[in-house]
Amino acid sequence: MQRKLARQFFYDMTLARQFEQAAAEQYMQGNIGGFLHLYPGEEAVAVGSLHAAEPGDYVVSTYREHVHAMVWGVSPSAVMAELFGRATGCSGGYGGSMHLYDVSRRFLGGYAIVGETFAIAAGVGYWLRLNDSTQIVLCYFGDGAANQGTFHETLNMAALWKLPVLFICENNHYQIGTEIHRHSAVPDIYRHASAYGIDGRHVDGMDVVAVHEATRAAVQHVRSGNGPYLIECETYRYRGHSMADPGAYRSALELAELRARDPLEIFRERALGQGWLNETDCQEAEKTVAEVVAEAVRFAAESPQPTDLGKGVYSEPLDLYGGRP
Amino acid sequence: MTRQRNDNVGIIGTARPAPELEVWQALNIALDRAMERDSSVFILGEDVGLFGGSYRVTQGLYAKYGEWRVRDTPISENSFVGIGVGAALAGGRPVVEIMTINFALLALDSIINMAAKLRYMSGGQLQVPLVIRMPGGVAKQLGAQHSQRLEHTLVNVPGLRVVVPATPQDSYWQLSQAIVADDPIIVLEHELLYFTKGPFDPDAPPPAMHAAAVRREGRDVTLVAWHRMVSLAMEAAAQLSTRGIEVEVIDLRSLRPIDLPLLRESVSKTRHAIVVEEDCRFGGVGAEIAATLGEVAHPDLASPVRRLAASDVPTPYNAELERASIPGTKNIIQAVEELAGLHTD
Repeated sequence: MQRKLARQFFYDMTLARQFEQAAAEQYMQGNIGGFLHLYPGEEAVAVGSLHAAEPGDYVVSTYREHVHAMVWGVSPSAVMAELFGRATGCSGGYGGSMHLYDVSRRFLGGYAIVGETFAIAAGVGYWLRLNDSTQIVLCYFGDGAANQGTFHETLNMAALWKLPVLFICENNHYQIGTEIHRHSAVPDIYRHASAYGIDGRHVDGMDVVAVHEATRAAVQHVRSGNGPYLIECETYRYRGHSMADPGAYRSALELAELRARDPLEIFRERALGQGWLNETDCQEAEKTVAEVVAEAVRFAAESPQPTDLGKGVYSEPLDLYGGRP
Repeated sequence: MTRQRNDNVGIIGTARPAPELEVWQALNIALDRAMERDSSVFILGEDVGLFGGSYRVTQGLYAKYGEWRVRDTPISENSFVGIGVGAALAGGRPVVEIMTINFALLALDSIINMAAKLRYMSGGQLQVPLVIRMPGGVAKQLGAQHSQRLEHTLVNVPGLRVVVPATPQDSYWQLSQAIVADDPIIVLEHELLYFTKGPFDPDAPPPAMHAAAVRREGRDVTLVAWHRMVSLAMEAAAQLSTRGIEVEVIDLRSLRPIDLPLLRESVSKTRHAIVVEEDCRFGGVGAEIAATLGEVAHPDLASPVRRLAASDVPTPYNAELERASIPGTKNIIQAVEELAGLHTD
């Protein structure tokens, strides 16, 4: 493995972990409102997969998408400012944690209704295919979303029209508090793909290298015009569904078992063992990340509030009563 | 539904401009011209391609533009409307046809939670130049699940615009305007109007997309209507005129926004207004108009704005009951006479 990529993986996973920790603290202090869904435990999925795509590709994600946005290039400051609801946030303070956007990077959200990402991604894919583009779309979704009609409807259309969409399932085993064996008759999400003639595979979502390699092959498949592909990354979230959820439905044993397979620790050990990284690399990365996250919090706290209530509802101001100038 | 032959249509050709056209042909020409002009315009929907559209609106376009620009979709309303939203985000100008508005209930997440909100939620970064066309209204004994009007739902959504063309000319104008606009726009069509005829000039300059139109001038009472209710109001006006009551008929053309200045101008003259709507009365567009006119035009009004609307029932199958469930010409005449009685002293 390239040293540069290894450093990137370590940096991004460390950023993901520390950023989310800081977000939790800021939420507890009352600086972040609404719902806040955090990513610790799942870092290897976003980091491993997004680094297998090209910068010109599109990304569509769920409401648990802070890390996807940052790995895709949105600055931690712009993400934190959005969580704070500030004008400098990546959605200007109008979206919040669940609605992060950066059009310049083709990062298209941020969807808070489970299952919406499928059709958005397929729509982008349709447009790319219509224009014979070589760009592709990465579409993230959770295990719970596989029970929405849009999942099956979209897989059907994506396969039918060979749309360049890579579906990436972040199977963290829980739809809020309902464990996958209680919500899905077919708990192997990747097996759904075959019902629509789509290739799919399962990968250990705690292993960033495995996720990366699987995604690289899948990206190649999709970009070559073979139609969609589905990767199921089996992972785990350490925290509850959102800050409002203490996660009491899981046993301490289960949590301890999964924490023993921590994606960041696994990668660190492996990278040190293989000589991809040395201790100094790791310490430097951790130090830089701590500074970046602290700066993100400072930037967010000092940023102005948005003031224009009506901005962006329409492309131009609209008087509902047809006022004539 | 019945399909009528029309000489303006070739076997695989698109409708051609003529002095008089039917609504579906005007829509067809609007689509054809928009697609010719702008390669980012494409159509998605059930049976829009090879079959030519359930009401013939997309006839000939599949042969002319191919399957990628006239896409037959599976029966997956929420997802194909969502695909329209996604394609619009990426730079396309999709025109999505939902076969009837009744099926739009399955797509309300894509319409209301996504199309209408994405620009705002992204701080104005995203653009959703999406047109959703769909027919609604009470047709001919289609039963409760195929006879809905959802104006009341759609007009209450920030981020959407809703137009309701009733004539071939307006159908052409408003669909053309909707396609070039940068916001999600709902073009509500009416199932019984597709095969009605009217004057058509594709080169005439259009009024603003939301502008209402005075279809008949009168001094005594203003009737505000849209879609099929306009023609009933016109019939009522013609009959009332023989009895010396002159009714002004306004075709609203747009339900969000509404052309309040024109309504005010009209009631300042007639001092009485009745809204005639095919949708149910409770919490509807008529309520919005009556309340707003009451707020802003009360000095001009000699009586409260009245509403004639559909009965509060799911649409029955039986033809007589179905007819009785929505306003008819007789009801309009009666309502106007009641009002006129108030000021014939």
